Amino acid sequence: MNDGTIPTAGEKTAGGRTAIEQSAIDQTATDQTATERAAGGQGPAGVMRPHAEEQYAEELALLAAADERPRPPGWRLSPQAVVTYLLGDGAKITPKYVGPRRLMEVAVSTLATDRALLLLGVPGTAKTWVSEHLAAAISGDSTLLVQGTAGTAEEAIRYGWNYARLLAEGPTDAALVPSPIMRAMRTGSIARIEELTRVPSDVQDALITVLSEKSLPVPELNTEVQALRGFNLIATANDRDRGVNELSSALRRRFNTVVLPVPASADDEVEIVARRVAQLGRALELPEVPAAMEEIRRVVTIFRELRSGMTEDGRTTLKSPTGTLSTAEAISVVTNGMALAAHFGDGTLHPGDVAAGIVGAVIKDPVSDGVVWREYLETVVRERSGWLDFYRAARDA
Amino acid sequence: MPERIYGIRHHGPGSARAVVRELDTHPPEVLLIEGPPEADDLVRWAADGGLEPPVALLGYATDDPGRAAFWPFAVFSPEWQAIRWAVRRGVRVRFFDLPYGYRVAPSAASPEAVADGAVHPSPQAKGPAGVSGTAPGAGPKTDGEHLTEAGAGAGPENAGEDLTEAVPETVGGHLPGPGAGAGPDGEDTASGPMRPVDPIAELAAAAGYDDPERWWEDVVEHRGMPVFEAIAEAMTAIREHAPEDPDDLLREAFMRSVLREERRRHEDVAVVCGAWHVPALLRKVPVKDDTALLKGRRKGKVAFTWVPWTYGRLASWSGYGAGVRSPGWYHHLFTTGDDVVTRWLVDAAGVLRAEGVPTSSAHVIEAVRLAEALATLRGRPLAGLAEVTEAAEAVMCDGEPLRSELIARRLVVGERLGAVPDDMPAVPLVRDLTAQQRSLRLRPDAAERALDLDLRQDNDLRRSRLLHRLTVLGVPWGRRATTRRGTGTFREEWRLAWQPEFAVRLVEGGMWGTTVVAAATARVTRRAREASALAEVTELVETCLLADLAEAYPSVLAALDTRAALDADVHHLMAAIPALARTLRYGDVRRTDVAGLATVTASLLGRVCAGLPSAAGSLSDDAARQLRDGMDGVHQAVGLLADESLRDRWLATIGSLATRPGLHGLAAGRLTRLLLDAGRLDGAEVRRRLRLPLTVGTPPAHAAAWVEGFLSGGGLLLVHDEALLSLVDDWLADIPAEAFDSVLPLLRRTFGGFDSGERRAIGERIAGGRSARTGPMIMIDTGRAAAPLTTLGALLGRPLSVGGPPPGSAVAAENAGEAGNAVASEKTEGARSAVAAEQTGEAGNAVAAGGAREAGSAVAVAGSGEA
Repeated sequence: MNDGTIPTAGEKTAGGRTAIEQSAIDQTATDQTATERAAGGQGPAGVMRPHAEEQYAEELALLAAADERPRPPGWRLSPQAVVTYLLGDGAKITPKYVGPRRLMEVAVSTLATDRALLLLGVPGTAKTWVSEHLAAAISGDSTLLVQGTAGTAEEAIRYGWNYARLLAEGPTDAALVPSPIMRAMRTGSIARIEELTRVPSDVQDALITVLSEKSLPVPELNTEVQALRGFNLIATANDRDRGVNELSSALRRRFNTVVLPVPASADDEVEIVARRVAQLGRALELPEVPAAMEEIRRVVTIFRELRSGMTEDGRTTLKSPTGTLSTAEAISVVTNGMALAAHFGDGTLHPGDVAAGIVGAVIKDPVSDGVVWREYLETVVRERSGWLDFYRAARDA
Repeated sequence: MPERIYGIRHHGPGSARAVVRELDTHPPEVLLIEGPPEADDLVRWAADGGLEPPVALLGYATDDPGRAAFWPFAVFSPEWQAIRWAVRRGVRVRFFDLPYGYRVAPSAASPEAVADGAVHPSPQAKGPAGVSGTAPGAGPKTDGEHLTEAGAGAGPENAGEDLTEAVPETVGGHLPGPGAGAGPDGEDTASGPMRPVDPIAELAAAAGYDDPERWWEDVVEHRGMPVFEAIAEAMTAIREHAPEDPDDLLREAFMRSVLREERRRHEDVAVVCGAWHVPALLRKVPVKDDTALLKGRRKGKVAFTWVPWTYGRLASWSGYGAGVRSPGWYHHLFTTGDDVVTRWLVDAAGVLRAEGVPTSSAHVIEAVRLAEALATLRGRPLAGLAEVTEAAEAVMCDGEPLRSELIARRLVVGERLGAVPDDMPAVPLVRDLTAQQRSLRLRPDAAERALDLDLRQDNDLRRSRLLHRLTVLGVPWGRRATTRRGTGTFREEWRLAWQPEFAVRLVEGGMWGTTVVAAATARVTRRAREASALAEVTELVETCLLADLAEAYPSVLAALDTRAALDADVHHLMAAIPALARTLRYGDVRRTDVAGLATVTASLLGRVCAGLPSAAGSLSDDAARQLRDGMDGVHQAVGLLADESLRDRWLATIGSLATRPGLHGLAAGRLTRLLLDAGRLDGAEVRRRLRLPLTVGTPPAHAAAWVEGFLSGGGLLLVHDEALLSLVDDWLADIPAEAFDSVLPLLRRTFGGFDSGERRAIGERIAGGRSARTGPMIMIDTGRAAAPLTTLGALLGRPLSVGGPPPGSAVAAENAGEAGNAVASEKTEGARSAVAAEQTGEAGNAVAAGGAREAGSAVAVAGSGEA
């Protein structure tokens, strides 16, 4: 198993070269962990965050067993079952994504028609989350990941070399270090690229042949890698970064775009926040704090109102701050508040525990956001019944 | 069977095709169509090439055009296709729905009269959509199935919808087309039990279709079964369990009686009506039951005409649920034979290309594949509107909402505009205007003439409002002439000239409403909604006032609130406040939501208070000047508002701002002055602050600006405001001799801005010495003082009498005294109110002093009025 560790999962590297050298050194060392992972199935104990296919292995097995519909070549589940996996069925299968069904249907259909999928959205709209689960459900492997950064090199997309071997043996297959994408092509799996728009344009364009010809030539060895059926690519990109490294139209044409919106209703969002906060709290082993629905609802309400520029009752229009105020940030504000309450407070979540977090989340630009926040406090929060504690806490925060 | 009944889905292209096919196979002798019988005569226009769908039948009460309803037809409406078929073959067409005259009948006996109120546009907006919370009773009756009432007010917006049919929003998230639903639908959301709004759409939804037309095609057409028998059977089953709407029963009774009549005369009768009514028409009902139901109803006088319609109004585009959501898609379905999906996506690519978005054939290919894959995933035989829309979004739009909106607007709704022949009879708006011109004795005349209106007179006031309203409608019959003497607010001068093209604009204006006031209201409402700058909206507030558009007021206020919230520029916000405060204080906003205005003004002030501190940093000289003027305006406005808590908030804001280090001198000086005038700072503190600019740490330019800001407002004030003068005087005297040289240029700079007369007066005051003015010197002659009281009373609008306790504040009295020279009083440097008290005491004649003070303030008021 030639498991070279070209930058994977969340490992942001400063430059392609460093990553490759690093990987050459690591190569032997990682053999051990690789086997361990392969054997364990559930991943090594003590891992902070198991992969989706490990964490939800049971659900996937359940779906696969009951799935009688035709599966596209190389897929582990039928498209309908993939959609069910993502949205839940209300019983055994937990929802991974809370949002419009049609978006997931479009995403899955896109992958089923051999088109690459581009997930767009403001930060914190579960783009990465969705792509991980899609890859887990379709290929059973969500680890074929390239983290896009300004320093992502072409080697991360195509292949690199183990220089020690290259010098010793000359260009051989064994000296080649495949990228996650190359590995996905060989195994017929889904590869993922995070933050595609952060990758420099010339590197992005290396994807064009992969996507249209489904093959990756290796001129040094005079061979090519042809993708097996089932190979596809999911990229995520950030709406707010538009224009950083805009995709060339040739590349863009090869992607179908799905825009993930912020949650449509307050109840959806409260549900998302409450569920993730509970999961995170367990994962971080925070002391138990009674999940304070009231505070969660308040945080979500504030975030939604500021984000949409309108109070929930539709009566008052507001300015929106420069930050995105995503659901993910709401989750971290609440988690943070729970940590405060558990370690420094009396164990219950009070308005004061979340207030400081909210102020930090809202005010990203000290001048303009400050005005927005003060205006919001004075015109909305202050008048709202039952919010007096929070108003005081926020004003003092 | 003596007649063939075709139960259709209103505005359903599938139904339209089926009806035409059936008519071709079994041509009838007479064709009955669900629609207002009063419009029978208008059918012949359908033969005219000039009548191009989408068009609508507009019916209105002749004595009150504000009560009106529309029956729209698109090319894919089964009714329209049936009419065309009949007109081409010379078959007689008869509309056989309940006459519209019943609905506008004046008596309360008929239920509908209630709902039809002319004033109230919304009810009709159709309940179904739930838009207008109609009272339960009223709702259902008003609407017919297929008509929309265009109430007076709302004109276009609500009227948009036409059809009564409501949209089944409830059913599936994405039902595109229902609007047309089966006729039955009318209304109802507001009322308790409701019958299905678009029964065919519900059948489709039950079968898992979100597009009823696709369902019609897959299930009804492709099965090769006799279409209308199947539909009739389904409806019979549904109606057995659905609640009955009394309005439907009434209409169906009428329909049956017409049908009986025609049956006697003809062998072959064909009926085209909403599917919902089919079971009722088939049912055997004794004649006497129907006549009993119809008896005793009164009929109002109504008139009908064809008006052009648009797909946009056919669609529930502007937020109302009723109507067909996707007329463009239906048009496509109706006019395109095969390859519906491919042709649609090719058109979508065309729309994007026309806007300069590069869209290749490869995009179209991928979009078609995706649409088909989606249909498969969802288990549908064919891709519908939802699938093609999502495919176009994912493949062609790159996730840009603007592009998908473009497709939605151009294609899904379509921008088709209907046309009516030129010789069509006049629109109600014109009639309404003519009637008003007659009653106001204001003849349209091409020659320009001047009109001088005295708004205190009723007739003139109504004329003024009419002219203002017409201006709103883009008919500038009168233009305001700003001229000549006289500043009285009760006077308005106009120059009137009627131009021929106004007739055209009035016809266009007809789309906004059927009466001048309704149309103007709708127009203002729309403009408020679309306004992009705060200033536009403040202007509309004034327009509402002048044109007396009370109905438009709430939406204008809402827009004001919205704009204010989004406007990040504190200067804009500050600029908006004075006008609002004036309106609140002096405006006769009749029957309008003054409370709403007060709330908006208060929240505006709140925003200013929140934003002012950050807007006041790092200002250039020009910006500081602008800020100062803005703050002056707001300060005055706050005084007018007479709301203590607002005043406190404002003063607290400027109080903290004034001491902020780094604030531009002009603003800082001005704020200190405002605080002094408001009594928030005492003399000692002000003197301390006055001295600060002279200390070493202050750059001279800052100091100069500070003094300028503090003293701005003209030298005259300094002449007359004793306290201020003494403050400045003390401060000057306090300046140490060695520092004086450096202060001198600053003072020259400020005082140099004053008028030379003012400077001299200040000098005289100082030179004259304040002490010289102490000492009693007044003997008031009560008799003489009382003489002008009657006149003053008339000016002030309240009776004055000698001896009445003076309501005016002491301060006012003092100022007034100076300005009017009515009272020779004396001043000391004590608190101002003390001065007044002292005056009284010294004069030894409280009565006289009171009277004199009153007189003084009156003079002051009159004086400022003149000024």
